[in-house]
Amino acid sequence: MMEKAIITVLGKDKIGIIAAICNYLADSDINVLDISQTILDEYFNMIMIVDLESTTCDFKDISINLEQIGKKIGVIIKIQKEEIFTNMHRI
Amino acid sequence: MINFHEINETNQMIANENLDIRTITLGLNLLDCIDNNLKKLNENIYKKVTDTAKDLVKTGKALEREYGIPIVNKRISVTPISIIGGSACHNPDGFISIAKTLDKAAKDLGIDFIGGYSALVSKGMTKADENLILSIPEALAQTDFVCSSVNVGSTKTGLNMDAVKLMGKIIKETSYKTKERDSIGCAKLVVFCNAPDDNPFMAGAFHGVTEPDAVINVGISGPGTVKSALENHENTNFEEICEIIKKTSFKITRVGQMIAKEASKRMNIPFGIVDLSLAPTPQKNDSVAEILEKMGLEMVGAPGTTAALAILNDQVKKGGIMAASYVGGLSGAFIPVSEDRGMIEAVNEGSLNIEKLEAMTCVCSVGLDMIAVPGDIPASTISGIIADEAAIGMINQKTTAVRIIPVHGKSVGDTAHFGGLLGQAPIMEVNKHSCETFINRSGRIPAPVHSFKN
Repeated sequence: MMEKAIITVLGKDKIGIIAAICNYLADSDINVLDISQTILDEYFNMIMIVDLESTTCDFKDISINLEQIGKKIGVIIKIQKEEIFTNMHRI
Repeated sequence: MINFHEINETNQMIANENLDIRTITLGLNLLDCIDNNLKKLNENIYKKVTDTAKDLVKTGKALEREYGIPIVNKRISVTPISIIGGSACHNPDGFISIAKTLDKAAKDLGIDFIGGYSALVSKGMTKADENLILSIPEALAQTDFVCSSVNVGSTKTGLNMDAVKLMGKIIKETSYKTKERDSIGCAKLVVFCNAPDDNPFMAGAFHGVTEPDAVINVGISGPGTVKSALENHENTNFEEICEIIKKTSFKITRVGQMIAKEASKRMNIPFGIVDLSLAPTPQKNDSVAEILEKMGLEMVGAPGTTAALAILNDQVKKGGIMAASYVGGLSGAFIPVSEDRGMIEAVNEGSLNIEKLEAMTCVCSVGLDMIAVPGDIPASTISGIIADEAAIGMINQKTTAVRIIPVHGKSVGDTAHFGGLLGQAPIMEVNKHSCETFINRSGRIPAPVHSFKN
């Protein structure tokens, strides 16, 4: 069964943000289902919906690793389980 | 599948509108700890609290990380200690040793508060109840995390005016015993009428005897979210603003319900209730007063304030009730003065006084909350304020409470500083006419006629 999570990325635009994140996701067997990305006044804003079904990594580790990747490239990366959104917006 | 707009909306609420889970509170029955040997009783309490709650902080932190929503406090409420300590404590000192045990357990677990240093005396006091009440000033002075409450009345029993009189003195004494810290002890002491058994909010949380052995209750927050939803609706009619509040309340309560269920599953402790309260903090954009102002008041306290609060309170409940499978606790909008930026400002500007706050408590959750008054106010005046508030609760079949802080050495014009979630409070003026003769009459106020429904 799919285990979906939402990754949000926010920060100043630069080359390689998506690449850095996607490389990590691919290495961790995390499948990207959908991406929305906008750049407004040089600010990069991305939301990714991913599937954690195949990964063997612990959610906490993924979350910490993404935070560290974010620090390295100067953006804020957050991962949240999908349920917080479905619970809030779906009956 | 969830869409990007919805993801943005949720994260906006968390990042910019201070949506958070105010507390996961573990309610814990201590009846099986009772022993007539005080040392053994204290050992039993420490063991039961630290064993049952060992994963509380860890679970809270894991949920915070996984769902990306702050869980501000992790708390414990226990069976009223006057019941637990009755056979072992024959004087107030015995009860103080239990307060210290609870405090140590809270510190060792890393939780934020432990509530239930309480007595339920709505009709009369046992010797144990009296000893516990007499121990409250010292117990609150010697501990950091313990919260205390006393239920002095209910719609079914009427008001125990002997207890009301005693609590006036106890609050004064607590104020004096914690005078070095702006009488902060009084911020951890609540006097109730119609106290609920399952309230997750402090300082009034205790685990009622009608509850199971252990239970997870969750209190939500999010005044900023409601305020923000009302943004750009200056000219919409009442029907529409009610709909907006209701929908927002539904959304934030659903998150509370999810966190409560998940915490319950992970800790293998049954889910109790979600408390639908809108709890403010001293932070910007986290104020109930600002919501009322957004509804069209120049400043909270202005005519119309009680009506605006009545709308808010009712719509929060209407939206929240459908979002949660079990609702309980205090459920409504809180109006603690020191913890709400907008309320503090209104008091400083002379727009809000105790009498208006008392009127507001008729239509919202709880009562006169976190109100700082001059330190030299007579004990009988505090009892009079408690009696008024308890009468509102008794007659209107609702929970009311008084958390009042006579700040030792300070008078009107000064400000008391409590720090953290407790905030800061301008000292408010109190009517100087005496009610001493009224308070000195002993006995009970009988239950109102509408309590006889059988």
